[in-house]
Amino acid sequence: MDLKEKLLSSFLVFENQLEDDAYMNDVRNDAIKAFEEKGFPSKKEEAWKYTSLNSILKEDYSIFPKQENAIEFSDVKKYFIHDIDSFKIVFIDGKYSSHLSQTTHDGMDICLMSAAMSKPKYRLHIENYFNKVATKDSLPSLNTAFSSEGAYIHIPKNKMVAKPIQILHFSTGNESAVMLQPRNLIVVDENSHVQIIERHQSLTDNAVLTNSVTEIFANKRAIVDYYKIQNDNLNASLIDNTFINQKRESVASVHTFSFGGKLVRNNLNFYQNGERIDSTLKGITIIGEKQHVDHNTLVHHIEPNCESHQDYKGIFGENSTGVFNGKIIVNKEAQKTNAFQANNNILVSDKATINTKPQLEIFADDVKCSHGCTIGQLDESAMFYMRSRGIPEKEAKALLMYAFSNNVMSSVKIPEIKQRITKIIANKLGVNMGFDL
Amino acid sequence: MLKIENLHASIDDKSILKGINLEIKAGEVHAIMGPNGSGKSTLASVVAGKEEYEVTKGTILFNDEDIEDLAAEERAHKGIFLSFQYPVEIPGVSVTNFMKTAINETRKAKGLDEMPAKDMLKLIREKSELLEIDRKFLSRSLNEGFSGGEKKRNEIFQMAMLEPKLAILDETDSGLDIDALRIVANGVNKLKSKDNAVLVITHYQRLLDYIVPDFVHVLYDGRIVKSGGKELAHELEEKGYDWIKEEVNA
Repeated sequence: MDLKEKLLSSFLVFENQLEDDAYMNDVRNDAIKAFEEKGFPSKKEEAWKYTSLNSILKEDYSIFPKQENAIEFSDVKKYFIHDIDSFKIVFIDGKYSSHLSQTTHDGMDICLMSAAMSKPKYRLHIENYFNKVATKDSLPSLNTAFSSEGAYIHIPKNKMVAKPIQILHFSTGNESAVMLQPRNLIVVDENSHVQIIERHQSLTDNAVLTNSVTEIFANKRAIVDYYKIQNDNLNASLIDNTFINQKRESVASVHTFSFGGKLVRNNLNFYQNGERIDSTLKGITIIGEKQHVDHNTLVHHIEPNCESHQDYKGIFGENSTGVFNGKIIVNKEAQKTNAFQANNNILVSDKATINTKPQLEIFADDVKCSHGCTIGQLDESAMFYMRSRGIPEKEAKALLMYAFSNNVMSSVKIPEIKQRITKIIANKLGVNMGFDL
Repeated sequence: MLKIENLHASIDDKSILKGINLEIKAGEVHAIMGPNGSGKSTLASVVAGKEEYEVTKGTILFNDEDIEDLAAEERAHKGIFLSFQYPVEIPGVSVTNFMKTAINETRKAKGLDEMPAKDMLKLIREKSELLEIDRKFLSRSLNEGFSGGEKKRNEIFQMAMLEPKLAILDETDSGLDIDALRIVANGVNKLKSKDNAVLVITHYQRLLDYIVPDFVHVLYDGRIVKSGGKELAHELEEKGYDWIKEEVNA
């Protein structure tokens, strides 16, 4: 039985166990129908031209992990940003782990999707926000049909959330192969500010496929900073679907750090529904072996006087492949839009590949849009300059790569994340730099 | 310290150096002058270990060791320093971090531990004062947006930090106004001792008023065609290079 059939038949079982109301029942049924019609995306689709899911769909994934698995904090501490105080929402094989988590209902809700879906007091919120910004494409639909757990965050208006929120998904490898479909809903009301860190981590070499959906609503003048740390092991694949709906004068940024995983696809969509909105999408990708990382971004400028900034850096070694597909749509009404997009890549191996494709659809006439993509090698004259100062070739290369990715790091607001990313990069490049950028 | 014998070097099969002989002893200052295109910068790059150049004949001995097979960083670890004519901009790496990396990598190569942060700061403070460098300057990206003079001063600052045995200054005077020239020369002179040596490569004599050479060599068409004392530099300044060319071609 192929994965699609397995998922469709599993859905029948899953649906029978649920105690959904009519609303959720309809949402799920529409979603599974959409998935059934469209199936998994293939390379024939323009948006999937350079990314094939074939190799990861072959595994015999278990859809519902059978046993509950516990892990000790000491074993997984290194995957947390642990040197700062934070809220934590932690899942093990898709199930909530209360002993690793630190949630709150004190003036705001930093808790579980399962609670939000089942408790009457959240009903209205779910109806207003759940599945309202996610697209109806096949993979988000598949997630919608099966969504049962994830993070639910609601920050009411005028609140500065003092501590960052960490969302961590661990897979224990107790099943030979597992498919996970976390679903996060984040609503940040007027004038509020929240910082979120998300990470998916497999703890063994067994195959994992995560099809994650995160919906974020940044209401009027809200500020949302989201950091995705993708440094999973080489048998774990991730399809990350993140949708952000911004209201007027809100500021939202997503930084995606992609170092690990077998195949990673980031679908990141921003919708600007209001004036004077600011959106930032930044990423650093450093991969090797046969890794594949695909950034597929959309910024939809719907109303006037808004800005978007995209800056993605990639360093590709060995047989790795990278994809950057960045689409900017500027509606006719969205005059005075400032939209910037840059994608710079360095190939450090003859066998590495990068496919980069900017797509601009501009219907307004008074806009500033710029885009640029570069693909290059490391600068030879800079290499000689550094080596003549006693910095060996490997370290010189690493230093240049740091330098190359540094302007993406400069907008990271949490110093501990900066330090962690620097450390991961140093590790990845096999050097000890002796300083933090 | 440095002994170059019958050195031939080429780039992309184009022969640039055609039999250089030069010996520099500890405590000496040598100057190499010559018209544009005579091979001055090539000589500097070949000694520093730039891989694009191929040594086709001859040897370079540094403290009696043949350095032909050594990488640029290994030559640096042995005490060869090149002040670049055109220092490379490295956005995203601060001057301080660059120097920390260079010093600690050199120490590592010598089997020493990293320099403690406190000592590093002290050294940076001391050497930046010597070159009259503002502290703010040190946190800027290396050479990025620096003026010509700032770049050159930064080169000599790096030299002061690394304390090389042999410093090769490639056209360090170009792009310097008179104040910067004085600061740079003063820095070089303060670092001079009986144990190290300086090779100044220049087109003009004016730097040599400040860094006074013991020997002056004229490089023309890949060969040293004339050597003398510091008075040779003055002669070249007065008469230009044409008489040298005529002498050689005669």
